[in-house]
Amino acid sequence: MSDHETDVLIIGAGATGAGVMRDLALRGIASLLIDRRDLNAGASGGNHGLLHSGGRYAATDTATAAECRIEGEILKRVAPQCIDDCGGLFVAVEGDDPDFAARFPAACAAAGIACEALTPDEARAREPALPQTLIAAYAVPDATIDPFRLVLENVAHAEALGLGRYLPHTAVEGFETDAGRIVAAQARDLRTGAPFRIAVREVVNAGGTWAGRIAALAGCDEVRLLGSKGTLIIANTRIAKGVINRLRPPGDGDILVPGGTVSILGTSSVTLRDPDDAAARAPTAAEVDRILDEGSAMLPVLAETRFVRAFSGVRPLLLSDAAEEDGRKASRGFTLYDHEGQGLANFCTIVGGKLTTFRLMAEKTADLVAARLGVVAPCRTATEPLPSGPGLGWTAPGASARDWMARADATDTILCECEMVARSAVDEIVARAPGHEDHMSLDAIARRSRIGKGACQGAFCSMRVTSHLYDAGVYEGAEGLGEMRRFIDGRYRGVRPVLWGAGLAQTELAEILHVGLAGLDLLNDDAPEDPR
Amino acid sequence: MRRPHRRIETQLTVVGTGIAGFAAALFARARGLDVAQVGHSGALAYTTGYLDLLGVADGRKIADPWAGLDALRMTEPGHPFGRLANADIRAALDAFIGEVNAMGLGYTPAGAANLTALLPYGVTKPTLSLPETMWPGAAALAERAPALIVDFAGLQGFSAAEFAANMAAVWPGLATARLAFPGMESLQVFPEPMARALETRETRAAFVARLRPHLGAVTHVGLPAILGVHRPDTVRAALEAELGVTLFEIPTIPPGVPGIRLRELFERHLPGRGVALEPNLKAAEARLDPSGITLALHGPMEDLDIRAEAVVLATGRFLSGGLRAERSGIRETLFGLPVAQPDGREAWFRPAYFDPRGHPVNRLGLTVDDRFRPLDAAGAPVHPRLHAAGAVLAGQDWARSRSGAGLAIASAWAAVNAAGAELGSSPGDPGPTTAPGAAPAQEPGTA
Repeated sequence: MSDHETDVLIIGAGATGAGVMRDLALRGIASLLIDRRDLNAGASGGNHGLLHSGGRYAATDTATAAECRIEGEILKRVAPQCIDDCGGLFVAVEGDDPDFAARFPAACAAAGIACEALTPDEARAREPALPQTLIAAYAVPDATIDPFRLVLENVAHAEALGLGRYLPHTAVEGFETDAGRIVAAQARDLRTGAPFRIAVREVVNAGGTWAGRIAALAGCDEVRLLGSKGTLIIANTRIAKGVINRLRPPGDGDILVPGGTVSILGTSSVTLRDPDDAAARAPTAAEVDRILDEGSAMLPVLAETRFVRAFSGVRPLLLSDAAEEDGRKASRGFTLYDHEGQGLANFCTIVGGKLTTFRLMAEKTADLVAARLGVVAPCRTATEPLPSGPGLGWTAPGASARDWMARADATDTILCECEMVARSAVDEIVARAPGHEDHMSLDAIARRSRIGKGACQGAFCSMRVTSHLYDAGVYEGAEGLGEMRRFIDGRYRGVRPVLWGAGLAQTELAEILHVGLAGLDLLNDDAPEDPR
Repeated sequence: MRRPHRRIETQLTVVGTGIAGFAAALFARARGLDVAQVGHSGALAYTTGYLDLLGVADGRKIADPWAGLDALRMTEPGHPFGRLANADIRAALDAFIGEVNAMGLGYTPAGAANLTALLPYGVTKPTLSLPETMWPGAAALAERAPALIVDFAGLQGFSAAEFAANMAAVWPGLATARLAFPGMESLQVFPEPMARALETRETRAAFVARLRPHLGAVTHVGLPAILGVHRPDTVRAALEAELGVTLFEIPTIPPGVPGIRLRELFERHLPGRGVALEPNLKAAEARLDPSGITLALHGPMEDLDIRAEAVVLATGRFLSGGLRAERSGIRETLFGLPVAQPDGREAWFRPAYFDPRGHPVNRLGLTVDDRFRPLDAAGAPVHPRLHAAGAVLAGQDWARSRSGAGLAIASAWAAVNAAGAELGSSPGDPGPTTAPGAAPAQEPGTA
């Protein structure tokens, strides 16, 4: 790969990095966004997609709660296409502390959050899945947000403004500094292994869970983070109309977030020392059982619901001594390090925070970067609507099915039957979605659509999409089967902890397909063959 | 109105309609036993059509399955193959393939070595017996014959370009072509209706006209498995006569035609051979008593009781419903037979999907004695005449070891022979013959 030059290098293509990219572009500043993997590969893709009303933090952290409320209201105005303004309930059931519940309205009021008390009957009329054991319920303006579409649109807008470029699978391995400034980043294309150099004027570290390591590459040791693993499980049915929160101190299995045609139940919290420890990061059967047992008290139907996968995100929380052992007590606020105290004048790290506050985090970061570059243009992301565009609208559950039905084109075959993703959607993503300048793999297409996210979790569609990518000339050699094998293994790691019942039977079929029909387990077996 | 209630009395009842179940029914009739067979699963549609015996050991393809079996008995003493001698396995395969050929579906004989069979994505697998419609593909690969691979507009998951790209290292120079299937243009198409359409002369003529311009100098044409359902060898011969090339089939994503062929073949022929076959009924309840076994089935129109002196349980695993996994554990669904298992779900699956050792859950199942009778927790047979065969057996991983058909057929052979001996029939005793075409509804015991 040839060397690059950019005004601002942004490291980490999660919500914050993508938000910084767009914010800078709206101020007329060009940037290059890179990620070691791809869009939303970290916590931005590993969460429940909740757009907080602030109610969750009202009882413990009024400032964070108010920040969530304000940012939620802004995003509902500027990015409605990414949001389902479904509302939410906080509910307590028999056995929960009634005094904690009784304090909730006052705590919401202190943070300016609208909170409406409901009788148990009123709550059950809104959400029939709620149990007879309900003792308290309050309605709040929670909503849900599609983090994938949000990030795709932020990146696409910066690209459309001609002031942004995105490179996936690109890692930073070091920095060249001169007289207190970073002059270049030493990067590597992880797909080809080729090293290259990125000359820079400013560097933004939006590496999330990995931000401490990236800062250390520049000699900055002040970014200290706590990795808090949160496990969630997904049902491919919509169990509730809106968000349902358990009204008690935060604990496992205390929130159900619907999104399109699915529901996500969370969350556990386990401290993680090494965010790259794949074994420790993987969701476990024990976590799933705990989430499910707790969640069933709030929504009994969960005990009979089929879950299609579990996934874990690693929350990057700011480390304080009090939070050392308990991720739930760590701050949910964010911090912008200007690193000037560490002797660098053009490097900053933005870390902590939440998906709901990503825009504000990007604004504060871009304010610093713009000031350093001598640009006076103000932030426009709080008022400028986020535009959509081709290849960006395929991540919402149900969207591709609606589109396919509306077009009624019999020649546009369905590649993913669970989620009704048509060939045309895949072709559009390959041609137009952010990252398309690069090689679009099965994994990259799945990240930009619903492929592999339905009941079969990629068992069938991985094969159909791979065949189509060969037909379309995206794959030309033997690499397609290797990518299919990696994709299937990645999906499996999420499926594994929810394997029982129909899901386990489905996995047996998947094994028959992947092993018996596709021979993927022996892909690297070069034992001599002796054809008859 | 009261639901009709029917009762059948048999010597042997086979529960399950996969390869193990059908093999058991055929073997039992060959011994002269009075046989009923029930089942509800369509899992046969998931087979490639290849009959594997043992294709992989220790994560590597093997050339000699018979030597592989000898080695397996040493390394995995608990494997069901450990209870069978190679001579018995050979006899079972020969008998099964002989029956299938006699019914009109061509399969190559089980030989001394594995063959290299084609898979749809341009990789190969070792197998022992191939449908006659697929064998020329293995032969063409061996010769690196000049071949054309054909795929179809609207047929998902089968790409000639993908096959050729992944086969290029061992079989370079494959030509590719995409055709619109006659009568199914501009549609999503599926193998089974394509196969049924090719049984008509008109579709074949239109297909030949579309394929001929692409032939060039090739001697072989490979295409997805669509050459008819009931008489594939005839369909293939008719097309080859018109085209002047050798055709071969490649398996497809399920539901696949080779499995549908087997299922429909058995469903067509077994009643005529005297098997009281109920291929769409699930045994709902079962009761064991010292003199036999009673099964209750609930059909859409009637209830059915089957009284059997002996049962061969060939209900498959989770996909076919023979086993069921709950959050708390795994159980056998019809009799509640013990399934030895680790404590907790975390141990069912390994962290990496393609771990060459396979997953422990795939080796859980029914532990049996030398007569293939499921054992209780104390190690004694649950019932003197309850036998089990096929994938439901513990101690084997048929998918990873490429041994599904061989295990099904050989264990069915052993289970039926043990049951037959207990019931007093002798091997090879043809028994009372039933008039060809006798339908199951006319079997004794019909109410």
